[in-house]
This record gives sequence, structure tokens and C-alpha cells, in this order.
Amino acid sequence: MALTKDEVAHIARLARLGLTDGEIERFRAQLSQILDYFQELRRIDTEDVPPTAHSLPLQNVTAPDEVRPSLPVEEVLANAPLREDDYFRVRKVLE
Amino acid sequence: MRRELSSRELTEAVLARIRAVEDRVRSYVTLTEELALEQAARADERIARGEAGPLTGIPMALKDVIVTRGIRTTCSSRMLEHFVPPYDATVTRRLAEAGAVLLGKTNMDEFAMGSSTENSAFFPTYNPWDLERVPGGSSGGSAAAVAAGEAVYALGSDTGGSIRQPAALCGVTGLKPTYGLVSRYGLVAFASSLDQIGPLTRDVEDAALVLGAIAGHDPADSTSAPVEVPDYRQFLQPGLEGVRVGVPREYFVEGMDPAVRASVEEAVRELERLGASVDWDVSLPSTPYALSVYYIIAPSEASSNLARYDGVKYGYAYQEGGGMWENMEQTRGRGFGDEVKRRIMLGTYALSAGYYDAYYVKALRVRTLIRREFEEAFQRYDVLVTPTSPTAAFKIGERVEDPLAMYLSDVCTLPVNIAGIPGLSVPCGFAGGLPVGLQILARPFDEGSLLRVGYAYQQATDWHRRRPPL
Repeated sequence: MALTKDEVAHIARLARLGLTDGEIERFRAQLSQILDYFQELRRIDTEDVPPTAHSLPLQNVTAPDEVRPSLPVEEVLANAPLREDDYFRVRKVLE
Repeated sequence: MRRELSSRELTEAVLARIRAVEDRVRSYVTLTEELALEQAARADERIARGEAGPLTGIPMALKDVIVTRGIRTTCSSRMLEHFVPPYDATVTRRLAEAGAVLLGKTNMDEFAMGSSTENSAFFPTYNPWDLERVPGGSSGGSAAAVAAGEAVYALGSDTGGSIRQPAALCGVTGLKPTYGLVSRYGLVAFASSLDQIGPLTRDVEDAALVLGAIAGHDPADSTSAPVEVPDYRQFLQPGLEGVRVGVPREYFVEGMDPAVRASVEEAVRELERLGASVDWDVSLPSTPYALSVYYIIAPSEASSNLARYDGVKYGYAYQEGGGMWENMEQTRGRGFGDEVKRRIMLGTYALSAGYYDAYYVKALRVRTLIRREFEEAFQRYDVLVTPTSPTAAFKIGERVEDPLAMYLSDVCTLPVNIAGIPGLSVPCGFAGGLPVGLQILARPFDEGSLLRVGYAYQQATDWHRRRPPL
């Protein structure tokens, strides 16, 4: 399962990970090896086996719709890299 | 022999121990000495009022993946190096209410991804039994702190073995509860369907006490189970008459250290002497596939969970780029270490168009098979026992360049998270002077059986009382 450099760059872009050329080459080799290992799963017949996404059979957990205090704004924004008034500031998305 | 001492005396003694050994062991990312002394003083007042519980005034440590309001929580990552949480995790709050004394936050593999604590962005932690070896991971700081006497107990988190494997490698007791028993609110997410918080302690009795304090339903975690929490001390009784033990052969893997095997087999014979009936030839045939299943599911969930680190709300932010996308890519490229990036890549690939069914959904189907085999086995046995890890502690640097070899150190612990069942590791001997762990598994929410078997074993053996020669 040899990945190409372009495939690795494509995955990095999907994940918004800025990788160096050296990292792309290293991950290409390592991920190819790991994906090879995963091929063993093909040997198992899972035709009639349903998937399990979660081991605890809880569904539609709801909470009462009531007003509760939210996180303290100053403590939250103290961690913000860029702030403007009570908002997170982001760089321009569209030029 | 009985000696009464105040929380202040105990806390000062543990802080003195930290000062004596910490430069060699390096368990802690952050020490909270002043807070610890304040909490110890408050605990002593509470004790004087006659309102103390079993954990009141006892100094402990939290893995640095559990958020603490006002105390930086790093996940041993550059990404969160200066992050100060605006709230407490539910376990942090519950322990504070029980009167616990917080000594500090322990080192770990970055974002809990790893098996050796070498993936910490800051520094490795050293195994107190042999300072040239790893303490295991990812809760290596918590395990080393308890083993070295730098904390009476610690909390860790376990996604694929991250409590049990370091507990085994450091010679302490480690418990991963059933998925859903302990709230994950305030546990920085790695793989949400697998993560669980649990205690690392000196013995099973302490594990029962800490579990009792942190377990229970929490409305803040929608995956928290609405179950009654028993007083776990009721399970601490000697003797194992009537207990049915199964030994699944697939856990004695190729490449296993023969000395580890011998220790584990001797431990099973001890359970037999204590009155348990043992079936030495149980089979869980899907076990060998757990490694692949885990390394598809966990990175897939991680790639989604770690999307939140975008340099906007908190954490490291690269600001020098031309626009938002470039800054975001550089933030993530520079803020995450190698293993985290590798897993985000792996998970993104497994979830991407064209590969989703072949990898992710396939892994979820095999997950069903692994879970079913446990369910069937637990119709015949009360507990299953296995090695916790196929080898004792390995040398620092030995496996860092080979991700697959590192992943293999968790083969005995991964299936447990995949199925969501509880697992306990207790010290059961030594291999080449290094501690070996016995893993005990039970049905969902049957922590009582784990504690019963572990306690009876520790009443009959003294492996858990051995201390490293630091």
C-alpha cells in the first residue's frame, strides 16, 4: 500500500497540517507501512456484522433546557491569541 | 504499628521526596507546591471538625490532560504550553470536594499518544526502577510519580492502555474503569469512544478508594453511564473461592519476554491457590486484530477531536503567515509533535472519501467481533487474566524510530478499550529486575470483581510493596 507524495500532501491539506517536505517523505514511508499492516483486516468476514461506534448503548441523551452560567468570559479570552473586545479575532478568510 | 500524622506533615514529606528525586525521575510538568500546602491546611481543619473522608488530606497528582481551573494544563504539547483552563474537570472537582491535596500535573506522551512518555514535547520521564528506561505511557509521569513516592496516588487516562501499561512498567497498581463509569468532562479529548480516566495507586485498596471518589454519573458528559456506584471497599476480601478465571491464550503473544510469561503464569497459579478455578485454555480469536482496529479507530477520532487546535480560541498560534489558512496550517504543523501529526494523518486518511468503508467502517465491524468474544467469555468466567504488556520497560530511544514496534507494546491492553470493559494491572513479579504486570479483566461495570481478585492477590503476595532503589 505505497502512498505517493501527492496523496500524503493531499491528506495533510485535508487536516490543515503544514508539513515540511522532509515530513511528507517520512510520513509517506511510515504511513505506507502502517496501512500495509491494516490489510490483515481484509481476511475477516464481516459481511453480517454490524459496526460498533460506541461500546456503551446510550442514545438520545438530553439535558433539561435551562439557563445556566457559561464559562467566565475573561478567563476564556485570557487564552485567546488575538482578541477584540469580547470576541476572538481571526485573520481575514476571504481577500 | 500506627502513627497519626497531619495532612501538612504528609504533604511536606511528599514534597521533600519530590525535591530529592524529581531531577532524576522528572514525573511532573507543573508543581503546585503552594496550593498543596493550602489544601493540606484546609484538610487538617476538616479533619479536626470530624468531617474527613478517606482521601481528605492525601497528596496526589493529576495527569496533565485533566483540566484544572487556573492551573496550566499542557497535554505535554507545545500547542497547550501556556493554556490556563477556565474550568475544572469533573474528576478534579470531585477530588477537591473529597479534600484531596494537589501536588502537580504529571508528564505524558503528547495528547496521550504514545506508550513511553518520550513523546512529551518537554522532556522524557525516567523509570524509577532503571533511569535508562521508559516508564511506559502515556500516563508515564503519573506511574513514575507513584512508584517513586512523589505522590500517594495519581490519576491517568487510558485510551489503549495508557494507565495499565505504565502501571505495569513502574510496578504500581493501575485501573481503567468501564467506559462511561468516570466522567470525561474536562479530560482533553483524544479518542472519545475509548478514553477513560482512572487511578494509579500503590495497591488495590487505594484504587478502590479513589475510584469510589471519581466514579458516577455526570450530566456534563453525555456518555456518562447512569449507574449506581457501590462502596468498592466491600469487595476487598481475602480468598477467591467460587471465582472462575479464564486465561486467553492469544495474549501470550509471539515476541513476549519469557520472564514476563513466567511471572504471569505463576500469578495465575497463586489465584488457583487462593481458591479460584482456572481455565488455562480460553480462546478469543479476534484478539490479534485489535491492534489494527485500534490504530484505525483511535486516530480517526483523534483527527476529528484535534481539529479544534486552530490557533484562534486558545493555544499556540502562528501569526506570521499571509492569511488565515496559512496561519492555521503553520499553527498545527509547528504546534504538534511527530506522533500527533502521524495519527492525525492516519485518521484523516481512514475517514477520507474512498477509504472510509475499507478502513473506518471495517474496523468498527471487527470491533463488534472483539466485543462479542468478551461477552461470550464472560458467560463462563468472572474474570480473564493476561499479561499487561508483553515486555518489561524498554530502553529510552529504543522504539522511537519505529512506530509499529512502539504500537506493539500495547497489544494486551488495546482490546479492553475497544470493548469498553474494565481492566486492572497489578504488580506480579520482576523480569531482569524490572516490574511485570498482571492484567485482570471483567464484565462492564463489574469493577468489583477486578478489585476482589486484585486485593486477594495482593494479600497473598508482596510485589506491590517493593520500592525502587532511588
